[in-house]
Amino acid sequence: MRAHYGKVTAAFAMISALALSGCSAGGDSTEAGADAAPCEASEGPVTLNFTTWVPGMDKVVELWNADNPDIQVQVQTSPNGNSGTYQNFFNQIQAGNAPDLGQVEYDALPNFRVQDGLENIAGCEGVADAEDKFVDWTWGQVTFGEEDAVYAVPQDSGPMAMYYRADLFEQAGIEVPTTWEEYAAAAEKIKAQGSYITNFPKQDVNWFAGMVWQNGGQWFANNGESWDVDLTSPESEEVATYWQDLLSKDLVSTLPSFSDEWNASFNEGQQWTWVSAVWGATTLSTGAPDTAGKWAVAPMPQWEDGGTAAGNWGGSSTAVLKGSDHPAEAAKFALWLNTDPEALALANELGGIYPAATSATELDAFSGGVDYYGGQKIYDVFADASANVNPDFTWGPTMTQTYTDVSDGFGAAIGGSGTLMDALENGQQKTIDSLKSQSIPVAE
Amino acid sequence: MSRSAAMLIMGVFTLYFLTPIWWLLTTSTKTGGEISSTAPLWFTANSAGTFFTNLGRLFAYGDGLFGRWLLNSALYAGVGALIGTVIAAMCGYALAKYEFRGREAIFNIVLSGVLVPATALALPLFLIFSRVELTNTMWAVFLPSLVSPFGVYLARIYAAASVPGELLEAARLDGSGEIRTFFTVSTRLMAPALVTIFLFQFVAIWNNFFLPLIMLRDQALFPVTLGLYAWNSQISQIPELRSLVIVGALVSILPLIIAFLALQRFWSSGLGAGGVK
Repeated sequence: MRAHYGKVTAAFAMISALALSGCSAGGDSTEAGADAAPCEASEGPVTLNFTTWVPGMDKVVELWNADNPDIQVQVQTSPNGNSGTYQNFFNQIQAGNAPDLGQVEYDALPNFRVQDGLENIAGCEGVADAEDKFVDWTWGQVTFGEEDAVYAVPQDSGPMAMYYRADLFEQAGIEVPTTWEEYAAAAEKIKAQGSYITNFPKQDVNWFAGMVWQNGGQWFANNGESWDVDLTSPESEEVATYWQDLLSKDLVSTLPSFSDEWNASFNEGQQWTWVSAVWGATTLSTGAPDTAGKWAVAPMPQWEDGGTAAGNWGGSSTAVLKGSDHPAEAAKFALWLNTDPEALALANELGGIYPAATSATELDAFSGGVDYYGGQKIYDVFADASANVNPDFTWGPTMTQTYTDVSDGFGAAIGGSGTLMDALENGQQKTIDSLKSQSIPVAE
Repeated sequence: MSRSAAMLIMGVFTLYFLTPIWWLLTTSTKTGGEISSTAPLWFTANSAGTFFTNLGRLFAYGDGLFGRWLLNSALYAGVGALIGTVIAAMCGYALAKYEFRGREAIFNIVLSGVLVPATALALPLFLIFSRVELTNTMWAVFLPSLVSPFGVYLARIYAAASVPGELLEAARLDGSGEIRTFFTVSTRLMAPALVTIFLFQFVAIWNNFFLPLIMLRDQALFPVTLGLYAWNSQISQIPELRSLVIVGALVSILPLIIAFLALQRFWSSGLGAGGVK
């Protein structure tokens, strides 16, 4: 799932800052270490609430409800997480009336963990054994590397690859780039043809994080006692310098992502590549219908010749929220939702979910060729990418704010004041300040 | 300033305010693909047909969810504004026409309520409503919208100016009770103010977004603003929603336009009343 940060988020951020500073200052919610409580089944029939914004999830849940009369699930559809739903979860957890289950993106999970908003379901039946059913790195996202701890069940992922206009590269006689060096060289040739190789998405800082992720960088680390913030690591700097160079030479466009102009520029052949996540396949085919059949997918360009590293952009989990009266049943449902072949197939068909379960590759939806991409079996490329995503990447507990700060800096850099690296340095400092102001320990 | 210069400035600003609405109108007549590929401020060859197709899809999508949201909005805004107006009128009238201790203090407290933005109250309201287990019910949106400090202010000012004390005394001498006097005599004199309060309150509730966003989880209870917002946040997964959100936005402003046109007669006559004596 992709995140958008708008005015509402800003309004929420202001209000929640008030609420959180009042409510969490005294608590020891940052204390790490798991409390794997025994997870006992409830007696009698149970009704669970599940808040999600994945389209069609209510239809998927109907399958479950038909087979499980004793554990009925009610789906509540909400706006996507950063559009207000996360803040609602926090408010509801505070007030003790949160839904049993909620959809939470990986980059928001640490925030919920730090605010003590998640139930540890490691002790629930079947959860510990489920590790093998999911792509490695997604499991790391829901355990935070803690012992005897599982806080959510992985739902979908966003392994990244490069969408490119096979026809245009062919006509212009330009080699499809396999390294970032070749990518920059191709960018110059494409500019000479009057087009751009790609668009730099200044608002999608999580896209940029995916690039750093591919390069082996880590923005955050948690040693169980305090947080390390490292937006300015050498790996991060390499990525920033690279894109700064393309921006300075005007080799990439800077349209707002997913806007109408952005769609139009793809539709009119002004963009030759898009390094994006697996879910981008539908974004592209609906946004640029006139270019059907002309696209293909290749692995992301590499920093080292012959490398295979991939980044990840997006993805979410099904979390059991704090205060649920029925964690055992909730965990059981969450496991079913994210591993049952029938459920996965339907969630993909209706909601465009690319499952985090390793069994996804066996689904029909992901095994055949896709017409829009010239009949290429594009999901094979993404399945390989998924296996090559660094499993140890950690998100920080204040991602919404970090995104906003860095995105402001990116905007300024594009406007000509400062550089992408300046934006990261500024984001680094503001993130540390924000952690401290919420009494979250930071290692410096 | 010459007349033509004034006309020019007004013309420019009229254009400035009408352009977004014009865009909304033209874009409602396009399919998802045409939105980005055709001239943004003009129609396409088969606009009329597409518009009705869009409209049909809007009301059919998700088992008629949009119609449900419209009804919810009408209920929240219509009934809410009506009761809110009665409460504000009674309160303002009492403050204007009865002498009692603490009258000014009460009025000042109510007046300070005008200064508190509704957004800032949403979270405290949520926590209070959670305590009494009323979140995620219609009441959670309905009850807070009955309150209109600005309405009280307006009602007091207007009642003081338009309801003569002599008339009330005459009514009392004729044996009419206070409540009867209020409903049969005073409300008629205050009618223009009441219409204004109703209209303000109707628009405020219809456009209310933040409170429902915080209070409601069940989308069958959403007002149309929140519903469209939820759809809009799903466009990246379901691109067909893009055109539905746009047509939905157009449909959702129609009730406001109708309310304004229907009530403006009372309203405009009211604002001038008492201006010349």
